[in-house]
Amino acid sequence: MSARASWKDELAIVGIALLIAAAAASLLMIVAGASPLSVWAAIVPGVFGDPYALGQVVFKATPLVFTGLAVAVALDAGVFNIGGEGQMVAGGVACAAMGAALPGGTPMVLAVPLCLIAAALAGGALGAATGALKAYRGAHEVIVGILLNAIVAGVVLWLGNAFLFVGDATATAAIVPGAELPELGIAGSSASAAVVVAIAAALATWWLIARTTVGLRWRMVGQGPHAARAAGLSVARAQVLAMAAAGALAGLAASSSVLGYRHAYQMGLDRNAGFLGIAVALLGRGRAVGVVAAALFLGVLQQAGLVVADQVPRALFDVIQAVIIVAVAATSPMVRRRLARAPEAAR
Amino acid sequence: MTAVEQVADAPALAVTSAYKAYGACVSLAGATLTVARGTIHAVVGENGAGKSTLLRIAYGLDRVDQGRVAIGGAIDPARHSPRLARARGFGLVQQHGALVPSLTVAENAALLFGHGALVDVAGPAAALTARGQALGLDVDPHARVADLPVGVAQRAEILIALCAGATILALDEPTALLTPAEIDALLAALRRLRAAGQTVILVTHKLDEVRAVADAITVLRAGRTVATFAGDAPTADVARAMVGSEIVAASAPPRPDAAAPVLALRDVTLAPLRDVSLAVAPGEIVGIAGVEGNGQRELVQAIAGLARATGAISIGGAEVRATVAARRAAGLALIPEDRQLDGLVLAATVADNLALGRLAELSPGLRLDRARLDAHARALCADWDVRPPDIDGVAASLSGGNQQKLVVARELTRPGVRVVIAAQPTRGVDLAASALIHRRLAAVAASGVGVLLISADLDELLGLAHRVLVLYRGRIAGAVDDLQAPDARARIGALMTGAAA
Repeated sequence: MSARASWKDELAIVGIALLIAAAAASLLMIVAGASPLSVWAAIVPGVFGDPYALGQVVFKATPLVFTGLAVAVALDAGVFNIGGEGQMVAGGVACAAMGAALPGGTPMVLAVPLCLIAAALAGGALGAATGALKAYRGAHEVIVGILLNAIVAGVVLWLGNAFLFVGDATATAAIVPGAELPELGIAGSSASAAVVVAIAAALATWWLIARTTVGLRWRMVGQGPHAARAAGLSVARAQVLAMAAAGALAGLAASSSVLGYRHAYQMGLDRNAGFLGIAVALLGRGRAVGVVAAALFLGVLQQAGLVVADQVPRALFDVIQAVIIVAVAATSPMVRRRLARAPEAAR
Repeated sequence: MTAVEQVADAPALAVTSAYKAYGACVSLAGATLTVARGTIHAVVGENGAGKSTLLRIAYGLDRVDQGRVAIGGAIDPARHSPRLARARGFGLVQQHGALVPSLTVAENAALLFGHGALVDVAGPAAALTARGQALGLDVDPHARVADLPVGVAQRAEILIALCAGATILALDEPTALLTPAEIDALLAALRRLRAAGQTVILVTHKLDEVRAVADAITVLRAGRTVATFAGDAPTADVARAMVGSEIVAASAPPRPDAAAPVLALRDVTLAPLRDVSLAVAPGEIVGIAGVEGNGQRELVQAIAGLARATGAISIGGAEVRATVAARRAAGLALIPEDRQLDGLVLAATVADNLALGRLAELSPGLRLDRARLDAHARALCADWDVRPPDIDGVAASLSGGNQQKLVVARELTRPGVRVVIAAQPTRGVDLAASALIHRRLAAVAASGVGVLLISADLDELLGLAHRVLVLYRGRIAGAVDDLQAPDARARIGALMTGAAA
């Protein structure tokens, strides 16, 4: 997370992508029979002028911070973590199972950390497995990640039906009260103290990557695996560890949905937040601060879709997300670096 | 195309006051090149002096920012293109082969000068054979390019350019990958071309070749034409113009007394490397000569622990596990052949690159000791004259010579180094940086470190090594111990081609 592109470049990239997305969105609004002006005009007060809506933005952004970090950290070590969805689900189930299994009177200082550890371990184990398959067996992490997402979904359904789900619902038993993260009380919104966990995770990630020897090794492996290997670094170890950290971060998304909101694990909770992490990491330029900002931005988009649901179909905002991702990817520093290297090679 | 006025004594190629920048990197800053018809014109300069760029703008691969290009007649810079250059008889053989590897030589030729939808391979094949025989450049037109040794592929490229109608042939570093015998053959072919009235532009930094064939010499330095010489100008004058100052040639340090070897290989095999045994004594520089592809890469990988070889490899008298980390811990330093791939993390900063593989020493804890890393980087940049000395800049932005200084500095200054594996340590590196690297290699050897110098550059081996082993087809074909002997070069050359095997 250092020495890649300057802040100015990064902001320009994101700015350009957002402009393209706004233009594309406006066009689509016209196609959908709505006036872009009136839609944009409704969004601003509807999202930013309403404390409840802002609280919901924070609520929706919270899991995205975790899944975005999960992609960014892995990418620092040169691994593309597409398995965030499965890692998040595994973390959610483990977190809920731990929360439900604790004795009823467990105090918060004990219950919350234990649940978070369970979530991180479950997600981290999946991440580490993906990393190990890549590092030691040469399996492509994207294929492994996609397959593991499907496997996790199946295993969770089986485990749930066999052991965890209560009643007719596909949800686990409620966690003990001590494990619940309180709501922040923003105008009745669902935003919870999980956002504190998210910010802490972002800070910890930043510190790990930018300020520790572990982070520097991961980055060297990510940016120059051959040189790192020739210098005696273990590429495999760095990638497995980074994927373990990434999986743990994705698993921690459960803090928002399980501990802060539903107080149980329910099938489909935060569906797609794992995949959206890829968008968050791309838009956030792989930096912890950027990931937090990008998660908030996607939260705004999601909330905006609800605010103007009477004017345009909600799916429009999914399209906007997609356009942003493509636009950012197209202007990303990786692409520009390759262009910049062409004359170097030519001389 | 408008009619080109062909004045008898008009230059074949004229580039006037050319400026060219790639982003922030200024490659040409007032380069002028005038090539008379029917001559062999050498363009020399250090790496990064702008030689390749000059060719690229002349050939129309890149557009000049300012300045003029004339091939036969003036060319509108906005319309210049390789197609136009070829139409005017200008052919370029680039440093890295431009043929399609999966096609045969004749198919490549058909690709270049075929017209219409149907491929005629027989015509080009016959033309290539005829031309090749006339020039003494034998190529099987039906061989797949991927199967050809570099030297032959290059001959094929030259022939294809000539068959495509080139009367002005530009060659970019054509001898970089050739054996001495192949170089002689190429230079002879160039002389024959000249005799046939063709014009040849030879871009190189090997001054002995220039002296052997060139009628005129243009010297580039930092993107500028700094001097022009007649072909028979004293080599020292040309070298001085290239670097702007006298280069002190490194020489081998005094031969060490016999001692237990710091590096010993016994029956090391890693295909195509077979049963290689050798020993490097403390303070000794052992050269490994050979045409590329005869096992040099595998030799480096086996010693560095990058690949698992059979046989025994010991460092400092003890056998060491075959991992990079273990070999390094035992005192091995590696200057890899491909600095951009194996030596540096190009996207990382100079400071981080100088700490690569040395973090345990520079920042032992979990918290990154940034201050110490930066101080270390500043000290090395100053000591090794890395330019610009911007430790926070990315390694990719440095020139080849400065990138190589980073790798060599990092490796040679590691504490506890007993053996240095230097693979092509000055390839593509400018003269000044080469001289610095040679001096430092000689200095570490003088301090008792063993050096294994793998190089395709005979001058480097003869100037620096105490003795030279020659790799041929994976085996050590022979050793030349007395490098001062007048026939040392010839004996190495013979061993390289397997003649003496």
